[in-house]
Amino acid sequence: MTVSTHLPVGAEAIRDKGYWLAYRFLILRRLSQVFFLSLFLLGPWFGIWWVKGNLSGSLTFNVLPLTDPFIALQGIVAGHWPEMTALIGALIVGAVYALIGGRLYCSWVCPINPVTDAASWLHRKLDLPKGWQPKRGTKYFMLAMVLGVSVLTGTVAWEFVNPISMLHRGLIFGAGFAWALVIGVFVFDLLLARRGWCGHLCPVGAFYGLLGNKSLLRVTAQKRAACDDCMDCFAVCPEMQVITPALRGKDADTPLILSPDCTNCGRCIDICSVNVFHFTHRFDETPAPGRVRDRTNPAPKVGKAA
Amino acid sequence: MSATLTQPKNPARRRFLQDAARGTAGCAVAGMSLAWFVQDARALPDRAIRPPGALPEEDFLAACIRCGLCVRDCPYDTLVLAELGVDGAATGTPFFTARDIPCEMCEDIPCVAACPTGALDKELTNIDDSRMGLAVLIDQENCLNALGLRCDVCYRVCPAIDEAITLERRHNERSGHHAIFMPVVHSDHCTGCGKCEKSCVLPGEAAIKVLPIRVAQADQAEHYKRSWEENTPLVDEIIDLPDRLPGTGTDNLAAPGGFEPTFKLPQGATTGGIGQ
Repeated sequence: MTVSTHLPVGAEAIRDKGYWLAYRFLILRRLSQVFFLSLFLLGPWFGIWWVKGNLSGSLTFNVLPLTDPFIALQGIVAGHWPEMTALIGALIVGAVYALIGGRLYCSWVCPINPVTDAASWLHRKLDLPKGWQPKRGTKYFMLAMVLGVSVLTGTVAWEFVNPISMLHRGLIFGAGFAWALVIGVFVFDLLLARRGWCGHLCPVGAFYGLLGNKSLLRVTAQKRAACDDCMDCFAVCPEMQVITPALRGKDADTPLILSPDCTNCGRCIDICSVNVFHFTHRFDETPAPGRVRDRTNPAPKVGKAA
Repeated sequence: MSATLTQPKNPARRRFLQDAARGTAGCAVAGMSLAWFVQDARALPDRAIRPPGALPEEDFLAACIRCGLCVRDCPYDTLVLAELGVDGAATGTPFFTARDIPCEMCEDIPCVAACPTGALDKELTNIDDSRMGLAVLIDQENCLNALGLRCDVCYRVCPAIDEAITLERRHNERSGHHAIFMPVVHSDHCTGCGKCEKSCVLPGEAAIKVLPIRVAQADQAEHYKRSWEENTPLVDEIIDLPDRLPGTGTDNLAAPGGFEPTFKLPQGATTGGIGQ
């Protein structure tokens, strides 16, 4: 614990780096989310049919087919081998996320992300208890469960309840009562489990995490020696457990955040007033000395500190 | 019980087993809820008609990714995606309501061409072969033609006029000296496009409705042969039975030169008059 720990989250970043650098990736991420959503809304709202369909499957400029690989996988295990168009679409999407970062989808594209981010922001403002925190592996159980139910019922099972496609399709095609599911996720994250949905339960996030397990784009805590223990990165990170091994690592440990849970949202880069983090690729081997610890600068209790 | 007994020998193993058991149990509960919900939600209402070429419903729900590309390429805005809690069909899947906007049976079938997964079967190349449903003259008490009037609208609008719907002339028993031109639907030509239902002049519900094939059609009685449809005889070839001609060489004693039959009927069975 240091003096800066007790400052409001982000206060030093705004003071030292200015508003833009302290919110850069958050703003870019919101722009990206708006961009991808508006691509789909241009057609129904303004009659500009560049992109048709929704996140489950789409056709861009009448040539580029894209398919959600997780939905395609559920269809396949349910017993339907899709036609080439959908397969190519799923391969393209799968290859892109596998290459640049699976959960990039979660933080830069997924329309539920602003909802859970808002819940998390309000949660922090209201200083609510963190509530039920399911084990990190729970989402993989959810993933297995969804595939199992797809096999058993012979349907694309998750699409019966998936709040992502409910919201996205709702905005584009008409929602019915799909809003209830979105509000449900918000309330769940706000009152029942902090950061509960995206990080702990959502099987789509789990799938994309596994897909991008070896992806290239990574955040590194390369200047971890400069860390002043303000803990702001832990406060804003939706998957805070991914920071610890990189930030608190010894000289020999990699400063790269290699966990598939990391969504590459870049919020840690924004919020750090001493610029510990930046984006790089997974083969970046720039030496990153750990912090020198002595009696005046003792190591914090890793794990409990978060 | 001593404290040492409650201490697990291998805490990591204990924790792993506990977590695994807990996760499995939780997923079993969540999975059963989801499976129950899916079973419940997959029940397609009878008024929701799937697009042309749609696979049978149980295959359709494995194939349709609910992208809505068929909806986008439908030039008549016939198709819509089901909305949660509003439409009965599985959320996000395409259907149409014939009474609102029927299928116009485009020759190039753009909805099928747009489908990326094959949930709408590309094998369907001639729209006349599509079987979205089957029209049924469901209310024969209020149908104007059935009452003896000449409405004929369903017959006139049918894209397969005189094939899918014909007017069958019957005697009007009520008046005694008029005809009733009864609209009759023929399943071998009806595509289930719903134009008849759309244009039925009755207010509110139509007297003729497109219903899913599974509702509209019974299974054929396989054991019942329709001799007027099939020319196949009961046995493969004609069996040439021995001729029982009067005269020498028959086992009919009544005939001149007949001899005793080698086969004797049992006593009492002859009351039927055989061979007497």
